[in-house]
Amino acid sequence: MRPWIEKQRNILDFTLSSLARRKGKNIALICVYTVLVVLLASVMFFTHALRKEAVLVLRDSPAMIVQRMVAGRHDLIPAGYADSIRTVKGVSAVRGRLWGYYFDPVVGANYTLMVPEVFEHPAGSVVIGAGVSRSRSAMTGDILPLRGYDGQLSYFTVAGILASDSELVSSDLMLLSEQDFRKLFNLPGGVYTDIVLDVRNSREIATVAGKIVRLLPDTRPISRNEVLRTYDSIFDWRSGIVVVILFAVALAFVIFAWDKASGLSAEEKKEIGVLKAIGWETSDVLWLKFWEGTVISLTSFLAGILLAYVHVFLTPAALFEPVLKGWSVLYPEFRLLPEVSAYQVATLFFLTVVPYTVATIIPSWRAATIDPDAVMRA
Amino acid sequence: MRKSTLFFAFLGFLAIALVFAATDAAYRRGRSAEHLRSSSVLVRDLALTDLCLFSEARYTRHPSQADLHTPFQDHPFALEHFPSGSLLTPPAVLKERYAPVD
Repeated sequence: MRPWIEKQRNILDFTLSSLARRKGKNIALICVYTVLVVLLASVMFFTHALRKEAVLVLRDSPAMIVQRMVAGRHDLIPAGYADSIRTVKGVSAVRGRLWGYYFDPVVGANYTLMVPEVFEHPAGSVVIGAGVSRSRSAMTGDILPLRGYDGQLSYFTVAGILASDSELVSSDLMLLSEQDFRKLFNLPGGVYTDIVLDVRNSREIATVAGKIVRLLPDTRPISRNEVLRTYDSIFDWRSGIVVVILFAVALAFVIFAWDKASGLSAEEKKEIGVLKAIGWETSDVLWLKFWEGTVISLTSFLAGILLAYVHVFLTPAALFEPVLKGWSVLYPEFRLLPEVSAYQVATLFFLTVVPYTVATIIPSWRAATIDPDAVMRA
Repeated sequence: MRKSTLFFAFLGFLAIALVFAATDAAYRRGRSAEHLRSSSVLVRDLALTDLCLFSEARYTRHPSQADLHTPFQDHPFALEHFPSGSLLTPPAVLKERYAPVD
């Protein structure tokens, strides 16, 4: 075993010297390769961590939300529907929810206005999310004007700001009293935006949903499971911008591999010819090329993974920020919890290191099996 | 010193950095209980259903609450209006087909 290890180390020494002779080209190669790994790994880390955090946070969302549909669209739901739903066996904690959107022309942002079940502040007060506070430069005690349905301004006192820890779910929230909400949007009493409820036995959620639809055919129940599934597939690698990035990276790898597989440079061929002429076996040449591929791909892979980790979890994902923010005026400032699995690292390894190493070996095998004299004369 | 020794030392350094990253991830997750609890309490108290990622359109602010008519919010054949619509595709739940429609 020891002679074999010593032989491999000698070949590796020679490989490193050979790579150092073409320093500029190989450093450029490692840089480009690393950037591709960083891009691919960042997308994987970011989307996975976001999905994981969404599922962890939203598992406390209501067991079921019931919307009323009118002409295929979500419409206000009468309070009487809540009474009907209460008659369904297994249902508990039925209550109407009041929420809606408000476009703020001052900063050009949309807020989500919501009435909490218990609002501890007097009428005329609002509690705002950290994003709203940032965009309006509003602090506790400040006055915030909102334009009502009739164009008249209503003035609200900022009674508090929601914790920035929860910004991922509350950045654009504005909490106010039921009385203020109804007045602002001219909403009559006895209607809600939707109804939320709990189901005592979580295994009966589907049965309860069926019963509600039979009882109130113009309603659409959305279960917690469906909410979680929505976020489980969010930024799925098969859809949207993620697939575009993956396609671009895959294409770059194809160009890489094609460049390698289409043949070696005259200088590299000459080197193989000289090695064979001085007594190197074909297998030794293949080991040399294997080590060459490994040095480049392993260095790029490990450096790429590390840089992607720093990019996604230790900085505010600077590469994705402009893409995700888009035209958003109000974007939450959040730092994702690091969530890297062995499965992700293994997938990245097989997507990046293996194809490159294989692509390096094949043309080398072709050059190593022909006559050294012919290789050197070519 | 042999070049292979230097290379293995470099690989070892990268491997140690990876172990540091894994330790950092575990440490941050351990410290995140408070941060997660704060969000979870808000989700439970206010009966929230969605992440506040894109607030420009109702179907990207509350994708889980979007209805089947969302794609036609302006008119049939309406093209996607908001940039975030290309980042956030329709939820799988809406795309499911329960029975043949033709």
